[in-house]
Amino acid sequence: MAILITKDTKIIVQGMSGRIGQFHAEEMIDYGSNVVGGVTPGKGGETLLGRPLFNTVRDAVEATGADASLLFVPPAFAADAMMEAADAGIKTAVCVTDGLPAQDMMKVKRFLKRYPREKKMRLIGPNCAGIISPGIGFMGIMPPHIYKAGRVGIVGRSGTLGYEAASQMSALGIGVSSSIGIGGDPINGSSFKDILELFENDPETDAVIMIGEIGGPQEAEAAGFVRDHMSKPVAAYVAGLSAPKGRKMGHAGAIISAFGESAQEKVEILQDAGIMVAPNPSSMGETVARMLGMKVAA
Amino acid sequence: MDIHEHQAKAILAEFGVPVPKGFVAFSPEQAAHAFRQLGGNNCVVKAQIHSGGRGAAGGVKLCKTEAEVRSFAATLLGKTLVTKQTGAGGKLVERLWVEEATDIAQEIYLGFVLDRKSERIMIVASGHGGMEIEDLAENDPDSLVRMVIDPAAGLVDYQARELAFRLGLKGSQVAQFATTLRACYRAYRDLDAMMVEINPLAITGAGDLVALDAKMSFDTNALYRRPQVEALRDPGQEDPRESSAHDNGLAYVGLEGDIGCIINGAGLAMATMDMIKLAGGEPANFLDIGGGASPARVVTAFRTVLTDPNVSVILVNIFAGINRCDWIAKGVVQAYEEVGLSLPVVVRLSGTNVEEGREIIRTSGLPLISADTLAEAARAAVRARPTPVAAE
Repeated sequence: MAILITKDTKIIVQGMSGRIGQFHAEEMIDYGSNVVGGVTPGKGGETLLGRPLFNTVRDAVEATGADASLLFVPPAFAADAMMEAADAGIKTAVCVTDGLPAQDMMKVKRFLKRYPREKKMRLIGPNCAGIISPGIGFMGIMPPHIYKAGRVGIVGRSGTLGYEAASQMSALGIGVSSSIGIGGDPINGSSFKDILELFENDPETDAVIMIGEIGGPQEAEAAGFVRDHMSKPVAAYVAGLSAPKGRKMGHAGAIISAFGESAQEKVEILQDAGIMVAPNPSSMGETVARMLGMKVAA
Repeated sequence: MDIHEHQAKAILAEFGVPVPKGFVAFSPEQAAHAFRQLGGNNCVVKAQIHSGGRGAAGGVKLCKTEAEVRSFAATLLGKTLVTKQTGAGGKLVERLWVEEATDIAQEIYLGFVLDRKSERIMIVASGHGGMEIEDLAENDPDSLVRMVIDPAAGLVDYQARELAFRLGLKGSQVAQFATTLRACYRAYRDLDAMMVEINPLAITGAGDLVALDAKMSFDTNALYRRPQVEALRDPGQEDPRESSAHDNGLAYVGLEGDIGCIINGAGLAMATMDMIKLAGGEPANFLDIGGGASPARVVTAFRTVLTDPNVSVILVNIFAGINRCDWIAKGVVQAYEEVGLSLPVVVRLSGTNVEEGREIIRTSGLPLISADTLAEAARAAVRARPTPVAAE
């Protein structure tokens, strides 16, 4: 059944009529993703890519029964669009947009806390590649053909490094249950730990590879979760062993500013939790293979 | 985005933080004038650069006479100051801050940061200010007090009082401290700051609080709605390569090595740098070309990488999702023609439209080195470097 996107997921695209939104909505539909409509304020009643457009997320949910939303909304309006989705009853939202102010995300996270657990929206991103369940569908900007369907979960901050892992795994015949890009911002909707928890509870995932990078406390938090709460094996890679301290490496969140935030420190924390860490980015696939082999042998 | 101390002091003063009286000076003459304006008493002359550690690097001096001010200003202005935080290149001193001297009885450290664990604004304070926060965290961690602010309620008075008492403040200092905390918090929140630091927040001989240094850094993603902050940008303090790259939609960070990198995605860019190191080379830069890169943006990326004279080989590593390998390949070919490239270039393409992209590279007739995987690309780049003169 994979995580977050299953056969039953009904997807809308917020900002579908924009150039980028339309391009990726089309890719998603071509792949077989269940896109049921789009939202662009002022374009309600029109049709795009054979799908109805709505003025508000609430209208879209009422008309289509959508439970997931992909956001291609400019940074200045993205926080508002996320809150609109949450309030309209969307269960899973993915925000691809890069460049949101950090305080906007503080506001969004606080807003999401207003809802009881069963009504709370799960947010992935912002500044992420999105999510794919190979063979079922995807919400995001990844090249879907590089993913082979299978039973290993991928969770990573970086989109392109996630592609790299998937293609190395494909080359070794290893398939993916779901791949989730959580994004490179300092405050994001879902953490490594949140996604690991979903993979742990997914009967169709046997093992997970987690792809971290410099900056922030999330890899360490995830290491604790793996040690204390996960029965499935986890492999990892941490990017930025050669990154200098105090410099922002592309992602707003990729900056070593506190103790425990360098790649080397994170590698040690992950290894201490029993996680097999790929020594370099070219050996992510191999490391997953070894992890699976070890499990078979055990 | 960083700003100067004098700008941070002006902002914080506006929000209600007590700061010493002072003036900006761009010349020794202006510095001398500032000294007279301050009444001809002892004053502190401070180099204004976007970096900490200025005192230890000789960028701050207590001056007693106008002649002393003039001569210190003359030595500093136009000089490149290398501090613990600037890196070997240092930062050019183009302006000074001249302020009245303060009689210091005690120094407090006060910082506001974005705490990524709680995802809220956090106060960090210590009764043992004056040294850098890194040194405090290492040598005196027990003195550090941390307090997270609930965004719904904002900074609440009891928190300010609690913090004041934990730092050992007494009498009217408690209320003064609370005022300063509230002011910093409002400045942080209202201007989309990422960091506010007052170090030291001094207690004067008379028992009053005053901010002797101030540092503010802002969320670049929020500058679109903070034009008054954007106006404080000082391009002279930024790496010109980084600013021009940024203006062209590229994320660039200059490094020390000789292998120029053009990559898509921050994570893949860091991973490629790691791979180059592992293969025995040193990256010259981090460069993320971003999504949907046109051939023209690829050419700009080449130009940016080539502004670094140390670059002896260029490695292009693209795993296209939102990008297109054929556009990237066209850009590489175009760069050869437009920039007049003479360095070896290694190209690794993968993902969207990869076959079209590889075909363009193959049929270009240019001496491009193709690689299929990340590891191959890194090794090829290291091999392609001109043989270094044997250094025994």
